[in-house]
Amino acid sequence: MNSDKITKTVLFSVSILILMLAAGMLYSLVGGAIPAFKEFGLKFIFSGEWNPTEGEEKYGALPFIVGTLMTSFGALILCLPLSFSTSLFLGEYFRGTRVARILGLLVDLLAGIPSIVYGLWGFYVLRPALIEIGFGGRGFGIFTAALILAVMIIPYATSLSNEIISMVPNDLKEAAYSLGATRLEVITSVTIPNARSGIVAGYILAFGRALGETMAVTMLIGNTNQIPTSFFGTGNTMASVIANQFGEADGLKLSSLIAIGLLLFLITGIINAAGKLIIKKMN
Amino acid sequence: MTNTIAEVKKPILSLKDLSIAYDKKYAVKNVSVEIKKNTVTAIMGPSGCGKSTLLRALNRMHELYENISTEGEAFLNGKNIYDMSPIKLRRHMGMVFQRPNPFPTMSIYDNVIAGYKLNGIRTKKKERDEIVERSLRDVALWDEVKDSLFKKGTFLSGGQQQRLCIARALAFSPEVILMDEPTSALDPVATSKVEDLLVKLKENYTIVLVTHNMSQAARISDYSLFMYLGELVEYGKTKNMFTNPIDPRTEEYLTGKFG
Repeated sequence: MNSDKITKTVLFSVSILILMLAAGMLYSLVGGAIPAFKEFGLKFIFSGEWNPTEGEEKYGALPFIVGTLMTSFGALILCLPLSFSTSLFLGEYFRGTRVARILGLLVDLLAGIPSIVYGLWGFYVLRPALIEIGFGGRGFGIFTAALILAVMIIPYATSLSNEIISMVPNDLKEAAYSLGATRLEVITSVTIPNARSGIVAGYILAFGRALGETMAVTMLIGNTNQIPTSFFGTGNTMASVIANQFGEADGLKLSSLIAIGLLLFLITGIINAAGKLIIKKMN
Repeated sequence: MTNTIAEVKKPILSLKDLSIAYDKKYAVKNVSVEIKKNTVTAIMGPSGCGKSTLLRALNRMHELYENISTEGEAFLNGKNIYDMSPIKLRRHMGMVFQRPNPFPTMSIYDNVIAGYKLNGIRTKKKERDEIVERSLRDVALWDEVKDSLFKKGTFLSGGQQQRLCIARALAFSPEVILMDEPTSALDPVATSKVEDLLVKLKENYTIVLVTHNMSQAARISDYSLFMYLGELVEYGKTKNMFTNPIDPRTEEYLTGKFG
């Protein structure tokens, strides 16, 4: 065998190995979730009851699905004005300047901070600050978690939109300027419409990150197992309930947690695929 | 010392000692010319001679870039263009670019009317329809696209797209149309269509055309500027320049010794 063939074989086997790892993970998730689905059927997804009392065990994923959607959408809405203005600033107004480069680096730096550090900061700084400004109770809840999530997903939303915005061809912008458009008109009628699907994809990917974010959320959301009734109440997300309870879980409860993990895996998979598909379609 | 005609009758544009620098490095040096109304005036010269730079000074496009500075004066119908707002000036000076660049997110109709929309000028639907039809007829595109006005302009051929861009520039009824090598991305058939169009358009508009294609300048322009290394070398009637160039550099360029 020549070296070319060896390289090819090695690379091929390694890629297959990774594929098998992913498949194996999915297999064990499905395997682990089967008892829960066998016991509760599809009602597992739609039931809001979470009762671990022995003898009358009942588990439903709905509180956590709702909690996940509320924190993630909340984070998306909170992050939108910040990241959108930042990406316009970086990709259009100050494109190519030193200020933009430095700010871009700082935004990327936000992505590198570990989740647990965000959690600590949220717990010891953000939460007391919220209590200070009159936030009820002990400062835990969906809103607090969404706030920290928003900060965490800003870099993802910003850097992709910034990239797409700065990719809008200059000759299109010049064409608009040559027709007497002002800078703001160029941005609203040329830059944003041309970058639209990329910007949307950026937010979808950021949303995907928010769905699965665990540590910081677990530390701040309050960890209650009912369907949350308001944005300022406590709750649990799919990720945080697993992080919170897997240690003491066995039997049906463990299977239910794994089933929640499987659902989360599927939802984030679909969201990420949708985001990537839009980006691929754009190029 | 340049060999240029001192003045023309009925100049629509007059440039006085116009110089343009990129990061303090001069790309156009002290150009003074007067451009006659209802003519096609070609700006020729080898790559890097400053011809596009000069053209883009006329609608103050350089002001979009911080590293470009302009000195000297330019007048449109006797009014100093540097005293006008660039927004207003650009409505009087249509521009057509090297590569066709219709707005990809807009329909053909919206592309033609884009100038009005971008400027927030309110028009009645009937008026808009008329502007779109007139502009598209002016560029001989109406018959080809009248049934697909609300489709995206990007599905047209390159030549059609460029004519759409010319229609977009015409929609405002500008006085001058600045064209930066408008046929350099087109095939020969599409090129000759655009050339025919320019000859027709000069009845109502004044066209300033940057071209690296000498035979194009010879075919369709009335006046020609020859630029070299940022300087205006020669300016005169195209006919005279091609048959009897005054400056030796012009002659060398026209006979293909450089460029």
